[in-house]
Formats: sequence, C-alpha cells, structure tokens
Amino acid sequence: MIQGIVRTGASTLHVIGQLGLAVVMLLRALACAPNAKFLRLVTAQVYFLGVLSLPIILVAGLFIGMVLGLQGYNVLVGYSAEQSLGTMVALALLRELGPVVTALLFAGRAGSALTAEVGLMKSTEQLASMEMMAVDPLKRIIAPRFWGGVIAMPLLAFLFSMIAIWGGSLVGVDWKGIDSGGFWAVMQASVNVYEDIFFGFLKSLIFALVICWIALFNGFYCQPSSLGISQATTKTVVNSSLLVLALDFVLTIFMYG
Amino acid sequence: MPQLVAIKDMSFARDERVLFQGLDLTIEQGKITAILGPSGIGKTTLLKLIAGQLTPSSGDIRFAGESVVTASRKQLFQMRRKMGLLFQSGALFPELTVFENVAFPLREHHQLAEPVLRTLVQMKLEAVGLRGAESMLATELSGGMARRVALARAIALDPELIMYDEPFAGQDPISMGVLVKLIRDLNHSLGLTSVVVSHDVQEVLEIADYVYVLADKKIIARGTPEDIAANQDEKLVQFIQGLPNGPVPFHYPASHFIKDLTSTL
Amino acid sequence: MSEKKLHFFVGCFVLSACAALLLLVLKVAGFNLTGQSDTYQLVAKFDNIGGLKPRSPVKVGGVVVGRVESIDLETETYTPIVTLSMFKKYGYYPETSSAAILTAGLLGEQFIGLRAGFIDEDIVMLEQGDEIEDTKSALVLEDLIGQFLYSIQDKE
Repeated sequence: MIQGIVRTGASTLHVIGQLGLAVVMLLRALACAPNAKFLRLVTAQVYFLGVLSLPIILVAGLFIGMVLGLQGYNVLVGYSAEQSLGTMVALALLRELGPVVTALLFAGRAGSALTAEVGLMKSTEQLASMEMMAVDPLKRIIAPRFWGGVIAMPLLAFLFSMIAIWGGSLVGVDWKGIDSGGFWAVMQASVNVYEDIFFGFLKSLIFALVICWIALFNGFYCQPSSLGISQATTKTVVNSSLLVLALDFVLTIFMYG
Repeated sequence: MPQLVAIKDMSFARDERVLFQGLDLTIEQGKITAILGPSGIGKTTLLKLIAGQLTPSSGDIRFAGESVVTASRKQLFQMRRKMGLLFQSGALFPELTVFENVAFPLREHHQLAEPVLRTLVQMKLEAVGLRGAESMLATELSGGMARRVALARAIALDPELIMYDEPFAGQDPISMGVLVKLIRDLNHSLGLTSVVVSHDVQEVLEIADYVYVLADKKIIARGTPEDIAANQDEKLVQFIQGLPNGPVPFHYPASHFIKDLTSTL
Repeated sequence: MSEKKLHFFVGCFVLSACAALLLLVLKVAGFNLTGQSDTYQLVAKFDNIGGLKPRSPVKVGGVVVGRVESIDLETETYTPIVTLSMFKKYGYYPETSSAAILTAGLLGEQFIGLRAGFIDEDIVMLEQGDEIEDTKSALVLEDLIGQFLYSIQDKE
C-alpha cells in the first residue's frame, strides 16, 4: 500500500521532470531567428518528412475515401438519401479522418524516423561533438526537424482529404451512379470553409506540433544504446498516436461541442 | 606560464556515485598535459566537465579565466569555439564526406567563399595527412583514419585548447605512432594547448610535458614524466607497470566467494 | 541528392498541397470568391424561426441570394430577430418584399424564402440595415398536427 503510494509519487515526479525537460528543449530550440541557412535545413526536412511520406498518405487516403463512399452509400440508400453521400464523406474527412488518420500515419512514418535518427546521432556522440564545435544541436538538428514536420503535416492532411473525397466520388458517382451534380452541390451546401476546412487544418497543425515534439524529445533524451533507441521509437509511436486521438476528442468538443 | 584551465576543489557525482571529490588541477598554456588513470575512473567525464557539457556538484572550473560552471548557455558556446574535443569514437557525421565533415564547423560559424573554404579544409586535412581521402564517406574510413579526420575537424576552428579522449585506444602500433606524432606536432606548430586523457602509459609519458594520475576520485600523483617514473607510490607503480594485483585488487569488491556458493545450496 | 532536386520536389509538394486546399475550398465547400465579399445587411423579425441556423441560405425563387448572418432575440418583445447578409450582385429589393421561413422537403434544412414585392414610384428599395416588415414564421410540424387534430375534433 505504502509502496504503491511511493511508486505513484515517484512516477508523477518523473513525468513532471520529463515534461519540464521537453518544454525547455522546445523553447531553446525555437528561440532563434531564421536565416537563409536555417530555411535550407527546414526545406530539407520538409522533403524527408513530407515528400517521402506522400506515397503512404495518398494510397491510404484513396482507400479510406473509397471505403467511406461504399459504406456510406449502403447505409444512405436505405433512406433514399444517397444524395447526401457527398456531405457525409466530405464532413467526415475534413473534420475528423483527414487530420487524425494523417497524424497517425505521420507518427508511424515520420515520427519514428525522427526519433531513431536523433537517437542514433546522440548515441554515436554526433550531438556532443556538435556542441564541442560550438554548434547548438537544438538549433542545428532539433529546430529544423520540428519546423519541417509542422509545415509538412498539414499539407499532407490537405492532400489526404482531397484524394479521399475524390475516392468517395469515384465509388459514389462513377460506380454507384449518384448524379455527380447532386453529389457536389449537396456537399457544397453543407461544407463550410471556416468550420470544416479551417478547423480541420487547425487540428492537423496541433497534431503536427504534438507528434514532432514527442518524437524529437524521445530521440534527444533517449538512452544512448540500441535498446534505448528502439524503446524511444516505440514510445514515440505509441504516445503520439494516443495523444493525437485524445486531443482530437478534446478539440472536437471545443470546435463542434 | 599562464593557466588555461583551472579546476578548483571540484566534486562531481552521477546517480549518487561519486566520481571526483575535491579535485584540483591546472592546465598550462602551450603544454601537453596528460591525465592518466585506470578505465572507469571518469576521465571522459572530466573532459566533459571542462567543456561545460556536464556541471560539477560543487567547486569551480575556469577556462581562460572565465568560469565554465556559471557561464550562460550563450557564453558557453562562445567558449567552446576556443576548445576542441576529439571523441573516442571520432563522432564523425556518417552521411557526409571527409571534406564536408571538416568543413562543417567552418560552414556553421563563418560565411566563407567556397575557394577559401576549400583551401582551409585542405590545409587541415594535409596537417593530418589525409588530403587524399577528402571525397571518401566517413563510414568508409578505418578507425585510425576516422580519428585523424576527427582531429582535423577539431582543429578546423583554430582552437586554443584541444582535448583528446583516449586517442590511442584500440589502435594498431602504426596508427598509434602516427597519432603520437600528430599530437606533438600540432601542439608545437599551431601553438595549441593539449590535454590527453588516456590509460596507455608509455605513449603518454613519451609526449606529455606534465602528467596527472587519477585514482580513487582524486589525483594521486602529479609531475613531469620523469617525476612520475621515479615515484615509488604503490598504487602508481602498479598502474604504470601494469601489475594485475596490488592496492587495486584483482577482484571487484564482493561478498565472500565460498559463502556465496554455499548459501545457494 | 543535389540541393536543386530537393528544392524542386519540396516545391512540387507545397504547390500540390496548395492546389488541394484550393480544390477543397472551391469544389468541396463551394466557396464563392465574388459572391461573399460584397454584401449588405437586412434584418427581419419572426415569431418563430424553427430550425433556422446561421449560414442558412436566403433564396429568391430557389436561387441563393444571401445567407443568415446571425440570430438574436429582441429582449423587450421576446421576438427572434434575424440578420441577413445579402449578395450585392443580385441588387436590392423593394420594401414591399416578404420573407418566409421555408423547409426544403418535408424534413430538410430550413431556409428563408424571399419574395420580391411590387415596385412603385413611392416604394423605396431596402438598403443596408433596413427591416423586412412582412415576414412569415417557420411552420412547426407539431403545431400543424395539433391544429389539424383540433379542427377534426371541432367538426365532430
């Protein structure tokens, strides 16, 4: 009993300590003025985190859109409301699936890569040697990766939503024969730029911040060994996926209450 | 001779394990100072303390008159421009070529035109005898070559102090000879101050101007290589001559062996 | 990879994402660049607004000519007051016009149907901030059914 309390206390302190470290890391990394060289580093990270994630995002988006179209059609046709398929697909994607699924895929594809890369840099003393060359690894390594990820992920979410809506229209219009004019017009009547597209973008931006932060923190403070790196990578994927789902619920309450 | 590094009454503990207690140590400008000691004594830690990557639990460390302990992050990075540290692993960037590795600190700190940069990097590589290897990838190098490239990178910013962490560990006799020669030559030709941390007694005594021997959280002997060789302290003799048993026992402290065996029966 | 190639790919990525966003805004949300910027406001009081919501369409003969901007309650008389944002490109309406809250289909979305009034010499056009006097409230299905049942009872 006493032991349980002691253990709870210890792990609470541990979590608070970790949070503090993470905040300090992020603040130090971001407290720097961007210059041309920094922008080049960010661009390179947009490539590694964004462009190289495109295949998985686009393929996943297409299939999710098509499944959504098919399932939605089968339900809606029972109420002769198949015209509303466009609305259903578009709202589901823009508000929820676009940001959330993109975030989950991004955590698996790019978040894990970030943690592993930074963790390996740490365990091979590359980060320490950078410090000795008077180069701050927080600014040279962490900051560009953070910004690169934060820029890349919302863009990926747009592409995901777009291709998924197209996938939904492929099933609904081209296969099941919903009138294409109706499909798009009903969608347009109910989708709102601010409430749906902008809020969806806001969600994906917040998810991107969370994923990049967790991934870089786990890499930067991992145990410098192969076991440590593998644990840190797993932790990144598990923690950021769970946090994305939990945050999505909270954000949905605030946005659509 | 002015002191470049001065450590005063410094203690350091990690995870409740005390590594240093009341350590006093000075490093004079322009000299090669060696810090000897058995492995696991925290020699690498000492270098990281001087570089400000670790903070002592008490005491003061000064570099060129300024305290490393109380320096702000920004001041610390300013100080590190005047320091170089050669890591045991070399810690090169594996995805970059030898040339880019050496050019890295220059590109980060100075806006140099490409031809100027090229000349500078080639000079540094020539100094370590590896100008011919400039287009190789860091992963293609042998251990000895990697260490020499890392040395070229460490001197790229023309530091005042260069610290070598176990430069001879795991080297074949030829590359060991090369490194000994490099450390001595660079110290004289570039007017550097060098700190060599090692447990390879013979090589170190050959090049050092002044030697500290660390054991048991403190310094057990100090002096010129001749002083050290003449010292009759038991611990020192065991370490210098490499005797398996002595004041440092062969057995790590443990409970009684026979008792342990019988207790499990 | 050369830096130029990398920049090219990143450029393509960013541009295609912007194109996707543009498509989402134009094709999926049906955002009209010209229609929404130029608007003027009219107000209308209804006894009951039913299920009307902000952003519900205002239609003339089925053509969307504006949207509900906000819905308020006038606290003195407890009547709902609706502010309409009308697209300028369809022009102005005479003060004899009437507004009614209608329903698309039996259970569909509610919208405001605007019926333009006659124009005469001494009839002025409604301008920014003017009120549409002639309004018809939403039909509430439960009330209708209640009235229907009541009238059947009466006849018996």
